[in-house]
Amino acid sequence: MPKEIFELNEREVWDGNYAASQAMRQARVDVMAAYPITPSTPIVENYGAYVANGYIDGEFVMVESEHAAMSACVGASAAGGRVATATSSQGFALMVEVLYQASGMRLPIVLNVVNRALASPLNVRGDHSDMYLGRDSGWIQLDAFNAQEAYDLALCAFKIGENHSVRLPVMVHQDGFVTSHTAQNVYPLSDEEAYNFVGDIQPVDDMLDFSRPVTYGAQTEEDWHFEHKAKQHKALMDSRSVIDEVFAEFKKVSGREYKRVESYMMEDAEVAIVALGTTVETARVAAMELREKEGIKAGVVAPRVFRPFPFDMIRDALENVKSIAVLDRSSPGGAMGALFNEVSAALYTTPKRPLVTNYIYGLGGRDFAVEDAIEIFKEQKANADAGHITTPIQQFSGLRGPKLGFFQTKRGS
Amino acid sequence: MAFNYDEYLRLEKMPTLWCWGCGDGVILKAFIRAVDKLGWSKDDVCVVSGIGCSGRFSSYVDFNTVHTTHGRTVAFATGIKLANPDKHVICVAGDGDALAIGGNHTIHGCRRNIDITLIVIQNFIYGLTNSQTSPTTPRGFWTVSQKAGNIDPTFDGCELAIASGASFVARENVTAPKKLEKILKEAMEHKGFSYVEAMSNCHINLGRKNKMQSAMANLDWIDSITMPKKKYDQLSEEEKLNYLPTGILKQDTEAEEYCDMYKEIQKAHQGLRGPITPDDFKKKI
Repeated sequence: MPKEIFELNEREVWDGNYAASQAMRQARVDVMAAYPITPSTPIVENYGAYVANGYIDGEFVMVESEHAAMSACVGASAAGGRVATATSSQGFALMVEVLYQASGMRLPIVLNVVNRALASPLNVRGDHSDMYLGRDSGWIQLDAFNAQEAYDLALCAFKIGENHSVRLPVMVHQDGFVTSHTAQNVYPLSDEEAYNFVGDIQPVDDMLDFSRPVTYGAQTEEDWHFEHKAKQHKALMDSRSVIDEVFAEFKKVSGREYKRVESYMMEDAEVAIVALGTTVETARVAAMELREKEGIKAGVVAPRVFRPFPFDMIRDALENVKSIAVLDRSSPGGAMGALFNEVSAALYTTPKRPLVTNYIYGLGGRDFAVEDAIEIFKEQKANADAGHITTPIQQFSGLRGPKLGFFQTKRGS
Repeated sequence: MAFNYDEYLRLEKMPTLWCWGCGDGVILKAFIRAVDKLGWSKDDVCVVSGIGCSGRFSSYVDFNTVHTTHGRTVAFATGIKLANPDKHVICVAGDGDALAIGGNHTIHGCRRNIDITLIVIQNFIYGLTNSQTSPTTPRGFWTVSQKAGNIDPTFDGCELAIASGASFVARENVTAPKKLEKILKEAMEHKGFSYVEAMSNCHINLGRKNKMQSAMANLDWIDSITMPKKKYDQLSEEEKLNYLPTGILKQDTEAEEYCDMYKEIQKAHQGLRGPITPDDFKKKI
């Protein structure tokens, strides 16, 4: 139990980093091994301060790199502790090797990822390159659009990952600077409510149980590796129902509702934007304006859970829309954007197969404003009216210089 | 006439992003003067930097420059040097960069004794990310990551470099810019791995909570914990615990340089000589 009581107001003004660090405190994280990197540093720094000031009885270890940070988290989690850390961008990239260790060992570590572009060129601003880099790592990925959600989802992350039918590590993503460094209203739970919601960690196969020695990370080759990976994938897929249960329980204690796919004004939408992060809120404002001023039936769909990818719910949310813009905030590296590919794959299995286009935007923190979203909605409206895609299938939005786009549709003309 | 630095700077990048009173500017200027004294063509120099305040170095100097990832300067530079053994390759890294996240590359660069000069800007703290404990932060200091006081033992970077096999190791303070220039010149002239620890101030992120809020106070502290090697050598072992020696701490001109040895491998592959055996080396084990 902590020695000191942290006084909270019903409404606080916190940035995303501070909000996430408060969730770490309230969940009573046992061990945090960390290395500083912009813009996620304040999360771990604040946790260190809570330890130093007696607000939490935990261990804060400052290690020599992000690789070491995640490695120490793996060790602490295997020993049965509640473990979390935070990182961004290059730090995330350096952690990647160990991210696969954590998920393969089924350790419920929570990683707060403050999304930032990957070098080169060096850039500290927000985009989703690091988030996308983690998408095949076997972690659950929750996506917050603002500071309140960064707090809420961080609490949910422990409860999801530590559930015995899941036992997987969880990332909680928030956008660098726009969420992490922007002070907003946040309504925290009381310490008691928050901890009762998260509950005590019930370790499985912890290495400190000397009466029952276990091995983590043993070698398997072609004999059993495939079965291990299949089991891990199944656990990740099956975590969908646990995520739903945890979100439902969180609604009971907080009044705030989360769904694996968040739909906004989609009941009668003809055109839609699919996006992640803070862009979701920008697109929602654009949709509202277009409905009010121009009568365009616009809506917004956002995966709250990026992994496991909500294939079925995305399909349900979008199958009756005429034209959809999927926005990817990561350089696609010679392909269509990853989110576009996944949304398109889901929609390909529907009878109506709506038109789907891909926009690459906001790389390296390039602003994405309401006007940009409105322009994209209007292009979707033109597609819907024409009955086919009127632009290149992939376009760059907000790029300086000549327009950049790739591939034309073969449907209609 | 005052030295004109303009030829060596990317003036469009000025002013620097370094804080007022930061010692990094002194190191930048000493480095430029040293290169000027060596008379090297700018085209023959490659400056490789990592991440942190020191990482800005490669943006400001008008040589061939590479801004790499955190801790990897020596790794990148090793490739650059092997591909261009006739060029002069200089790495600039901070203490966190060179001794924590990139510590592995630093010791292996030293071990190979490849002809690279590594300038470690040693300010005892992670400055750019706002004062987290680095491997050189003195014990008992306040940092944002150890607000109750730092308990981690420190690295002596020079001792590490000596033990790892660097053939030129030196330390100098930014309070002695002329000496620093001389040491940098000798380090760059030296054939083999040169490790230079340039002791710099960070009154903003080291000093502000450790009773050194001004640049002068921080610099005075650096002067108070360092002394020339000759004087340092006369101290008792107990007294030595509280000081770091400055000046050239190791200079071995006999050690085999890695690119030279690599040329022997090329010769062996070209059939110009037999395979390399233990007899080719003085030190067998």
